[in-house]
Amino acid sequence: METKKKKVFPVRKLDAEEYFAPGHRACEGCGEVLALRLIHKALGPNVIVASATGCMEIISSPFPYTSWEVPWIHVAFENTAAVAGGIEAGLKVLQRKAKREKKKIVVVAMAGDGGTADIGLQALSGAMERGHDFIFICYDNEAYMNTGVQRSSLTPLGASTTTSPAGACQHGQTVWKKNMMAIAAAHYIPYIATVSPSYPMDLVEKVTKAANIKGPAYIHALSVCPPGWGISSSETVKLGRLAVETGVFPLYEIEKGKYRVTVNVEKLKPVEAYLQPQARFRHIQSDLDLIARISYRVQTYWERLKAKAARA
Amino acid sequence: MRNHQGMEVSFAAAEAVRLCNVDVVAAYPITPQTHIVERLSKYVADGKMDAEFVPVESEHSALSLCIGSSAVGARSFTCTSSQGLALMNEIVYLVPALRLPIVMILANRSLSGPLSIWNDHSDVMSVRDTGWIQLFAENGQEVFDHVMIAYKIAENENVLLPVIINMDGFILSHMFEPIELTGQEAVNTYLPSYRPRFILHPDRPVTMGAYTMPTLFTEAKKAQEEALLASYPYILQAWKDWGTLCGRVYHPVETYYTEGAETLFVTMGSIGETAGEAVRLLREQGQKAGLVKLRLWRPFPLEDFLREIGSAQRLIVIDRALSPGGPGGGPVAGEIRAALYNRENRPQVFNFIAGLGGREVTVGSFQEMFVSSVSGKASGYQIFGVRG
Ligand SMILES: Cc1ncc(C[n+]2csc(CCOP(=O)(O)OP(=O)(O)O)c2C)c(N)n1
Repeated sequence: METKKKKVFPVRKLDAEEYFAPGHRACEGCGEVLALRLIHKALGPNVIVASATGCMEIISSPFPYTSWEVPWIHVAFENTAAVAGGIEAGLKVLQRKAKREKKKIVVVAMAGDGGTADIGLQALSGAMERGHDFIFICYDNEAYMNTGVQRSSLTPLGASTTTSPAGACQHGQTVWKKNMMAIAAAHYIPYIATVSPSYPMDLVEKVTKAANIKGPAYIHALSVCPPGWGISSSETVKLGRLAVETGVFPLYEIEKGKYRVTVNVEKLKPVEAYLQPQARFRHIQSDLDLIARISYRVQTYWERLKAKAARA
Repeated sequence: MRNHQGMEVSFAAAEAVRLCNVDVVAAYPITPQTHIVERLSKYVADGKMDAEFVPVESEHSALSLCIGSSAVGARSFTCTSSQGLALMNEIVYLVPALRLPIVMILANRSLSGPLSIWNDHSDVMSVRDTGWIQLFAENGQEVFDHVMIAYKIAENENVLLPVIINMDGFILSHMFEPIELTGQEAVNTYLPSYRPRFILHPDRPVTMGAYTMPTLFTEAKKAQEEALLASYPYILQAWKDWGTLCGRVYHPVETYYTEGAETLFVTMGSIGETAGEAVRLLREQGQKAGLVKLRLWRPFPLEDFLREIGSAQRLIVIDRALSPGGPGGGPVAGEIRAALYNRENRPQVFNFIAGLGGREVTVGSFQEMFVSSVSGKASGYQIFGVRG
């Protein structure tokens, strides 16, 4: 199990090179761009990136500027997995026909939670099922932030957004967050992992692994969003830690079907510690029943995860 | 004697794609396009074509995937019809904007509803303003030839735009026709391999698909239109070179019996052959009828068109799509009327919406249209042969 002594990724091995230039237009304390920068440090220069429409695209590519030091293409909102599939298919056939030099290039698709779990789910499912050799990264900030904090299917229960507002009759988002990890796992792809920029070494290890595995890999990055979640921009990393420490966002991987919890938590903190600092949950603070349901769900998921990991 | 082989036009189209040594094919099945992709996937399975055939989960992904493959430098092909084109519509606009030379065959079929799998031009009219070069083929040989021609145009460094080859669903796609196949060596000479200057490559990183603010969007659109207009001489050149190679010569506007004609039919696509037969018979009866066929739809060959209609008094424009609630008639007639409006001695324009959703258009139909136009009975536009 995860208590076994495992190799720790040494900080000094982290690439000093930046692949995402500063000067972009992300908000102060943006957890998404923090994850993105670390992920590209792990991936290095030999990548081609396809991006969905969304915050990361908008903050990085206002013509004639770009933050991208690696080849990058944006086409539309819902099709990034298909574009990446084309890049992969193109590279494969061109290298086979000796029209491009043989060289390992990691193909990366990136999207927000909307571009992954809602409008982009079909293209993603198709690309995973067909087995393209690529990494799909979901930058999950739990709402459509680029268009002004509308709910997505990855917005957690109770969170207030502009289309799941807290009101007299409704306590924010009325349904549970969709389980993208399970959806990815149902495609039997070789590598699936959750990551958080609050745990940079864990993130780098997993992304490196994803890059070296043949076939589709799915990386789900929790991306704290200060304006969308209603926290101070200095709290990003702390909140990302709380998400893990409370069990709300466990860090784990599924490698060829084997589960492994990569950051163990001896005793989960109460979920209130995570919910309380965020304005999007302010209206549910006194709804003890709802908090109890959330707590139970988190606890159960965590137990199940550990059991799966123990079986592996 | 030239070497013609009888084959279904869809298979001839697939054969042309194979001869073009296409690297990536991504498509989703829809009637009447299916035979093309089925044949291509078989070629790949049999090792007769070294390509990646990607059986995507939708047309939206088909074109998106071609964007990805084209952006890394792979010669990419897709084909669709009707609902498939409607589903990929969002992405259709992006290909010219990204200046990627993708070729798409459109087996023209009506757009639902009601659902109909049969032929008309409502699908292609829905992408009129997307910025693609758009060509119409009249028979199987033209479909075959234009696959090579389309890549030749699209990949020209001075063009770098995608091309749609329109071929009428069923009427062409499922027809058995004698096709003169061009040999591999001749195709290789005509169409060298695609060597793009800007691709996604880690050694020379570029950003593709950046967005613009209002300060630059208009200029970006102007640049796109200029690129489309500037493609015209290279289209002519591609046709000329093909003519030198195979002896079949194509023009943006094809004519038949236009000399001395007072009344000209204007058609696009396969009904041109039927219209031609009607014109021949009308001439036999001493009528001054003629025919002008638009092969090139975008960029619109206005000067060629004006030259070819000469001083005809009447144009009978056949539209294969309706523009409901518009100021008068189908999309083609609307454009021709607008183009003629400021000209002196402009001809009268009659407009028949014909052959919607597979409705037959016969030699007799053209004769009827001719009589009602010449006698002055027709006016504005009418849906030919409609009941009720
Ligand atoms: C087809 C389509 N529908 C809607 C939009 C508008 N839109 C652009 S980005 C976006 C939300 C993006 O949310 P998400 O994927 O979660 O990424 P984030 O911006 O939060 O990083 C929406 C709704 C669009 N561009 N295209």
